[in-house]
Amino acid sequence: MISTDIDTLVIGGGVVGMSIAYGLSKAGERVLVLDEGDDAFRAARGNFGLVWVQGKGEERPDYARWSMASVLRWSSFAQELTAANGIDLELQQIGGLQFFLDEDELRAYVRKLENLRAAVGDYPFEVLDPVALKQLSPHIGPEVVGAVYGPRDGHVSPLRLLRSLVQRFHTLGGILRNGVRCEQIDHRADRFHVQAGGQEYVAGKLVLAAGLGNRTLGPMVGLHAPVAPNRGQVLVTERMQPFLRHPSGHVRQTGEGVVQIGDSKEDVGFDDRTSIDQLAHIAHRARKYFPLLDGANVVRTWGALRVMTPDGFPIYEESRQCPGAFLVTCHSGITLAAMHAGPLADWIRGAAEPAAISTFKAERFHVQVHADGQ
Amino acid sequence: MMAPTHDLIIIGAGPAGMSAALHAAALGLKTLLLDEQSHPGGQIYRNVTQVPPKVAAVLGPDYRHGRGLAERLQQCGVDYRSGALVWEITEDLVVTFQQDERSSRVRARQIIAATGAMERPSPVPGWTLPGVLNAGAAQIAMKTSASVPQGPVVLAGAGPLLLLVACQLLEAGAEVAAVVQTAPRENLRRALRHLPAALGAPHYLIKGLKMLWRLRRAGVPLYQGASELRIEGQHQVQQVQFNIGPQRHTLAAKVVLLHHGVVPNTQLSRQLRLDHQWDAINLCWTPVVDEGGQSSLPGLRIAGDGAAIAGARAAEPAGVIAAAHAALAVGKIDAPTCAASVREAQAERDRHLRIRPFLDALYRPPQWLAQPPDEAIVCRCEEVTAGQIREMARLGCQGPNQTKFFSRCGMGPCQGRMCGLTVTQMLAQALHKSPEEVGAYHIRTPLKPIALASLAALADTEPLAPE
Amino acid sequence: MFKSMLTASEDQRADIAILVDGKTIRARAGESLATALLNAGVVPLRHTPVSGSPRAPFCLMGVCFDCLVEVDGRQNVQSCMVQVHAGMQVRLPDGARHVGDPA
Repeated sequence: MISTDIDTLVIGGGVVGMSIAYGLSKAGERVLVLDEGDDAFRAARGNFGLVWVQGKGEERPDYARWSMASVLRWSSFAQELTAANGIDLELQQIGGLQFFLDEDELRAYVRKLENLRAAVGDYPFEVLDPVALKQLSPHIGPEVVGAVYGPRDGHVSPLRLLRSLVQRFHTLGGILRNGVRCEQIDHRADRFHVQAGGQEYVAGKLVLAAGLGNRTLGPMVGLHAPVAPNRGQVLVTERMQPFLRHPSGHVRQTGEGVVQIGDSKEDVGFDDRTSIDQLAHIAHRARKYFPLLDGANVVRTWGALRVMTPDGFPIYEESRQCPGAFLVTCHSGITLAAMHAGPLADWIRGAAEPAAISTFKAERFHVQVHADGQ
Repeated sequence: MMAPTHDLIIIGAGPAGMSAALHAAALGLKTLLLDEQSHPGGQIYRNVTQVPPKVAAVLGPDYRHGRGLAERLQQCGVDYRSGALVWEITEDLVVTFQQDERSSRVRARQIIAATGAMERPSPVPGWTLPGVLNAGAAQIAMKTSASVPQGPVVLAGAGPLLLLVACQLLEAGAEVAAVVQTAPRENLRRALRHLPAALGAPHYLIKGLKMLWRLRRAGVPLYQGASELRIEGQHQVQQVQFNIGPQRHTLAAKVVLLHHGVVPNTQLSRQLRLDHQWDAINLCWTPVVDEGGQSSLPGLRIAGDGAAIAGARAAEPAGVIAAAHAALAVGKIDAPTCAASVREAQAERDRHLRIRPFLDALYRPPQWLAQPPDEAIVCRCEEVTAGQIREMARLGCQGPNQTKFFSRCGMGPCQGRMCGLTVTQMLAQALHKSPEEVGAYHIRTPLKPIALASLAALADTEPLAPE
Repeated sequence: MFKSMLTASEDQRADIAILVDGKTIRARAGESLATALLNAGVVPLRHTPVSGSPRAPFCLMGVCFDCLVEVDGRQNVQSCMVQVHAGMQVRLPDGARHVGDPA
């Protein structure tokens, strides 16, 4: 069965794919999303929910600017979704903290942020000594030597965000095909023909937002997606009374009261299991930040596979061989959701490419790409 | 890579675990037995070495049989650790357990998981009210505390344990107001096909008939083929309602005991990502194991009800068989010795398996149990209703893990023990797929909640490689 | 909600006292805390963190996590997995783990 009345096919129903699909649908396009089954890796499920700008993009100020723009746009993005379907995303943008147990590390980090401020300009942050930190976060432990406060940082519930995007997408008339794997993509007569789950889907535009799956899909339409998994292990506690208002990269308390603790960066291939050594290390560090977590029960842990390019920065690229095919890959799908639903979706629909992303092309990895899949 | 500390680690000191430990010790294996409870026995023989005589009398000879096992265990020279909670096993057979709030790691060349079964959840409306317990819980209260529920007590469900507990409560002086059986009437017709085999295990059948007779003689109302079961009350149980055919019944109750059979506890086997299959008769998952209990992970064996429900008396020979095969695998005995070692155990096990097809058919849970009404709570921890789960299926969730992510169902401390089977079956119906296609929750470390400090203490003092 | 099935003379177990939210409750050496609370009519045992709903023990074998209480300062302990001891201090949870004042 061939569907011919689709404007854009989006491969991947995670946060990246659904943000774009939502943006396109809102603008009046007829969009169809293809998503895998229950067992897929799904970076959307494993992340920390940070809406974050602090510390990002040191070697690449454009990325800092792109993240900053998204963070500033997030509030209206959330409000629009909530107004439409009533789902509270639990967005909190009261600022975020980066904690330090070592003076040298703190100093090195502050230098990094000063460089970013010099490059980007509008880049607020504040260095806090233990006394100032305790004012902001009363339960902070005595071993923390200081922190950096980023007033524009925040967090959101990744669960509620994805559910909200899916629900809104349905109401806007979008079609979501679950439990199918994209097998083959062909480009004929300005149309993309996608074989998935025993059916063929046809559209004039195609967005590859399949995370780690982009690696094999990209070459089918003349795009290069050198993405590889990078594992981050996460621990989650039982529900606790609220004690932590500001999220950080290693500890945050969700709207339900659950405390999420991370983080690691491991190159272990497609292995989403956990390891006691890493979990213990993460737990050991978290106790120093917040000694009151000593007795808190860890209910669950997991390994989440980030979608990483060789330099960690995104790829936003339209295929030259197959115009109308777009590759979108990043590892901060939550932070960037607002831009993905907005200016990026507009670009996919034919508007000007946002300046901040013009250099995020795969050619920076020095490869030649051929439409026959290399 | 940690060197093995033992030849064999056994997890669980119920009949399968105790029996495996005894046999392993006899075969000369350096064996460690880890059990969460403070005394051996598992659930079926819980507290069997400590119960007062009157309680032992009420619970009967089947329960008292466990005492021999437990007493022999304590004399056999096995390294037995009580109060030891296993919370992770890795693919290379490293076992992490917590005892007295401290976690330790051990490793063996062979592991036997004998973690047994749990009662199938019965997610009827009102089942979370104070005063609702499993029928097995009432039995545990007798075993650990010599206590019984204050009445009126209504038992509802299907399975031999339901009638057994009703009789035991009667004898212990509880006010048993009614037994509401939910097995559909057509179960009996299907079960009769297996009657010839069941007649090869007549004592089981006689026991069942005796229980029915005992209840009738005591004047306890027995209802058959009940449906639309719901439990009601303001802050605790006040009444139970159900249909028999078109007739709606309401019974006053202070305590309601639910029971719909037992199912293998697959938390450990799922955490290890072992292969499982769906048992379409018993409506549960069982790990795939061979004749020696070997699962899809080399070195990891499963014995007893944790592999498939067969009862306490079948679990003992299963433990012997697993221990013998473990001894063979580590080279402690040769193949002919192993074969001789298990011959008698296999025959004993087969004898106790004869009754199973009949019982499984007779007490197969009603279809409606796994399709609760919208308002029923399915996930007790996160208070997610059946209606919300159906909504998740409509949103496109293809399995329990997407459903978990969108609804929080399965994210609480029990990690899906109470809701997993229901969610799989509900999604199977909503998505027109088989339970096998739908799948099960991904179960993660820790198997039970562990304090952060206990986990942190396992960190070695060297910092890990820079990130 | 529960009661002993033994008469005083049949019950050889030591009689002990525990404290539940400051009140003295009588229990028997060797029994689980959950059954001691059931025998003493301590119902509900807790209110859930999600909705404040009343709960009491359900499975008594450590799989349902409904019997959680604070024991001697440790919160969210499964009371069915803990044996009573003389002088045990129990607090009944009202919602999520409480945090206490900053140090």
